[in-house]
Amino acid sequence: MLSSFLIIKFLLAIAVFAISLGVAAYATYGERKVAAFMQDRIGPDRAGPFGLLQPIADGVKMFMKEDFVPANSNKFLFVLGPSIAMTTALMTAVVVPWASPVNGVALQVTDINIGLLYVFGVVSIGVYGIMIGGWASNNKYSLLGALRASSQMISYEIAMGLSLISIVMITGTMSLGKIVEQQSLGYWNVFLQPLAFLIFLICSFAETNRAPFDLPECETELVGGYHTEYSSMKLGFYLFSEYVNMFNSGAIMASLFFGGYNLPFASYFAQMVGQNWILSLIQFLFFFGKILFFIFLFMWVRWTLPRFRYDQLMTLGWKILLPLSILNIVATGIFMYMSGQIQ
Amino acid sequence: MISQYLFYFLSFVSVMSALMVVFSKNPVYSVLFLILTFFSIAGHYFLLNAQFLGMVHIIVYAGAIMVLFLYVIMMLNLNKEDEPGTTTMSKIAATISGGILMLVLVAATRSVHGMESPVADSSQIGSIENLGKVLFAENGFLLPFEISSILFLASMVGAVFLSKKEIR
Repeated sequence: MLSSFLIIKFLLAIAVFAISLGVAAYATYGERKVAAFMQDRIGPDRAGPFGLLQPIADGVKMFMKEDFVPANSNKFLFVLGPSIAMTTALMTAVVVPWASPVNGVALQVTDINIGLLYVFGVVSIGVYGIMIGGWASNNKYSLLGALRASSQMISYEIAMGLSLISIVMITGTMSLGKIVEQQSLGYWNVFLQPLAFLIFLICSFAETNRAPFDLPECETELVGGYHTEYSSMKLGFYLFSEYVNMFNSGAIMASLFFGGYNLPFASYFAQMVGQNWILSLIQFLFFFGKILFFIFLFMWVRWTLPRFRYDQLMTLGWKILLPLSILNIVATGIFMYMSGQIQ
Repeated sequence: MISQYLFYFLSFVSVMSALMVVFSKNPVYSVLFLILTFFSIAGHYFLLNAQFLGMVHIIVYAGAIMVLFLYVIMMLNLNKEDEPGTTTMSKIAATISGGILMLVLVAATRSVHGMESPVADSSQIGSIENLGKVLFAENGFLLPFEISSILFLASMVGAVFLSKKEIR
């Protein structure tokens, strides 16, 4: 019994790992195609049909390049930085529920009762990868990039956490599995908490260091930001962890606000198909569609909006998003009191 | 059995990394070892079935406070020449205060010896539900909890007020 449980969890963990990496690899291709579309170009089309083998070619290139370590850098921390970035990026997806249970086996690696806090813990550790890497490079541009990244991520983590408190208030749980389950009965949380979703969306752009919040790697001011001195697969880890983080934040947003694996009119579908593996497969594909939409949104915004100035970034985080999220908590509390959900 | 091995491993890591915090020459290494210490202590919380406390420990200490520590130390870029010299007086004072702290710790450990383990067998004892019930119960810790939250709010307002450039 215990061994079969362990085997299933092990296989699930491997699957989640493979899916995160696979999606991240093709997100790099997707990004270049989306950018090309928005700038009226063709984009990568040489490697394979429609350039579909481009991510593999990129990966081979990354591996084959010279692995250069600057002379005056701190050797151990220089390697540790990208390792932490990649590890924390891959750790988030274990609490995401992928579909409703098949034959009583939950399609989720672990449904811990502090799932939301776990996500926050992993996100807050992720900043060390950038900070350590930037400092160990012994380069002023890298250090400036690392300092920008850490202050930006700390600032936006607060608003992000506060925006989720209202979700915890209306669902009464911190386990992602239960939050998704609850949305199959009623409305998706985005209709109940639109402001919380907006704050969370903006903060997740900042947490993944994506445009318009990509000041840590602002190429016009800082050469390459925290990864200026990196080359070969270490650079690949930094760039790749950004795409894995995009996938993860898409998955978290979809499960917290957009019903996770739930289809619209979930009960109707469940009646039509029946509670079996076909339903779970449809749910999985639908959930995947939601995640891909969010990844597309990340790219859409990147190729549309210009970068913030540093003071604008801090003003937005501390003077707009933080008070708004506190206001949202108070408003949710008042509404729940008025409607008699709490005494 | 596994938890016992984990306990020994985590204890070894936490004691060693705590010692390295003190003995490291480079302040950045000290901070990184302090982060490692916090992680191993969070691991101890998980072993004691206090999942919420462990996770909050990681988020608050390792994820927020230590990032700011590291930020400041990286900004200052401390070198060996910048280290302030220690006088004989401060060395004597440090020895005496350290000795007193050790005396208190040894006394506390002696009184713990022979006590029964207060940890219940249930893995849900430290879950958010149980913690919330204890914290917010009328006859529980409601009043101390509210008072400490007001204290936090006051310190937050104070920090914002002090960081303003011009106080009218």
